[in-house]
Amino acid sequence: MKHFSNRYIFVFSSVMVIAVATLLSLAATLLRPAQEKNLEIEKKRSMLESIRITATRSNAVDLYSRYIKEGFVTDIHGNTIDGVDAFGVVLKNEQRKPAGEQYLPVFTASSEDGKDVIILPVEGKGLWGPIWGYVSLESDLNTIFGVTFDHKGETPGLGAEINTSDFEGMFRGKKLFDNGDFVSVMVHKGGAEDGDVHGVDAISGGTITSNGLQNMLRDCLEKYNAYLIKNRN
Amino acid sequence: MDKQEKEPLFSAKNLKLLTGPLGKNNPITVQVLGICSALAITVKLKPALVMALSVIAVISISNVVIASLRKYIPERIRIIVQLVVIATLVILVDQFLKAFAFEVSKQLSVFVGLIITNCIIMGRLEAFAMANKPWPSFIDGLGNGAGYGIILVIVAFFRELLGSGTVLDYPLVQITGAYSTGYENNGMMILPPMALIVVGIIIWVQRSRDKSLIENK
Repeated sequence: MKHFSNRYIFVFSSVMVIAVATLLSLAATLLRPAQEKNLEIEKKRSMLESIRITATRSNAVDLYSRYIKEGFVTDIHGNTIDGVDAFGVVLKNEQRKPAGEQYLPVFTASSEDGKDVIILPVEGKGLWGPIWGYVSLESDLNTIFGVTFDHKGETPGLGAEINTSDFEGMFRGKKLFDNGDFVSVMVHKGGAEDGDVHGVDAISGGTITSNGLQNMLRDCLEKYNAYLIKNRN
Repeated sequence: MDKQEKEPLFSAKNLKLLTGPLGKNNPITVQVLGICSALAITVKLKPALVMALSVIAVISISNVVIASLRKYIPERIRIIVQLVVIATLVILVDQFLKAFAFEVSKQLSVFVGLIITNCIIMGRLEAFAMANKPWPSFIDGLGNGAGYGIILVIVAFFRELLGSGTVLDYPLVQITGAYSTGYENNGMMILPPMALIVVGIIIWVQRSRDKSLIENK
């Protein structure tokens, strides 16, 4: 093989690095609108799914405007904060703020059979990365109407089972409060007992993800405590 | 036109580059490369399929890029150059999936990035593309990518069927009614060690059918 001078090697690597950097930033910039659109559709789809409406990628935006009525932001004391776009709130960034300053998004919606429900977003940690989801509550602000969960990279077949309808379906009808005290919903290894309104089955082989999900529900929903109690009739 | 230099696109030699890695020279079962990703993404069939396609794309394109540049790449930094090419392509694949195949990119999540660490790709760049013309390198990339992919798909098929009772998320076992006879999914199949054992079984079957693969003492 031909021998190359040091100067050639320097020039070669500089040109290569600049060319690659240009290519990648170009790709990132050009593809960003399409990627952001995808994320927005995905978010709307998940929110619809939490109120038991199955949307496809093509009709998610339409169904969203039909079923989700409004979004607003409340604080930890249950006071509504004006002038913040609830859909644009990034929960992960909020969780880094002190509890008193966090924006807590609430979405009001109507289910397919016309019931009034509210949707609360949740976000936490699984085994490998973030997990998140939406919890919808019936108008008693206690009974879970539906949930949807998703994850970044939980193990397929194990932790990743949190976004299957089998797992999510178990949350329907569970209660967040017991005699007015917040208790959230727990996951039970080996299965929850029949009639336990605060428990669901954990995922076998997905213990850390299951526990992460339990913590996520407790930590995120607890912050809505004041809001839920205040607005309960 | 000089007939001596013109070789048909699919000459016997080139065809062998394509079919060799599918059997006798398979990157996973014979060269035992790329095992790490074979363990990670074969729990379900769909991610395995997409991973196979992504690897085929990355390996054949990077082979072509390196083969076209092979006379200009300084030997002393060739590994760095190869890595830069692979990493660039993998990021591009990831970005494109996120923009145009969102569902699939969600399924694969972190595994797309892991293509960079796939030893088969760098192995082919170093062993083949650095010394051959772009077209044979392209075919070599296709062949090795497919050889990797076919094992991935076979392993994922068995792991998903026996571990989760589904095929491409279609509940096959449930429909045959096997659960009511007391059959249960084997949770062990979902765990990484079983991927290794399934690969081992494939190697065993392949070697018992093709004695030429067995090394002389």
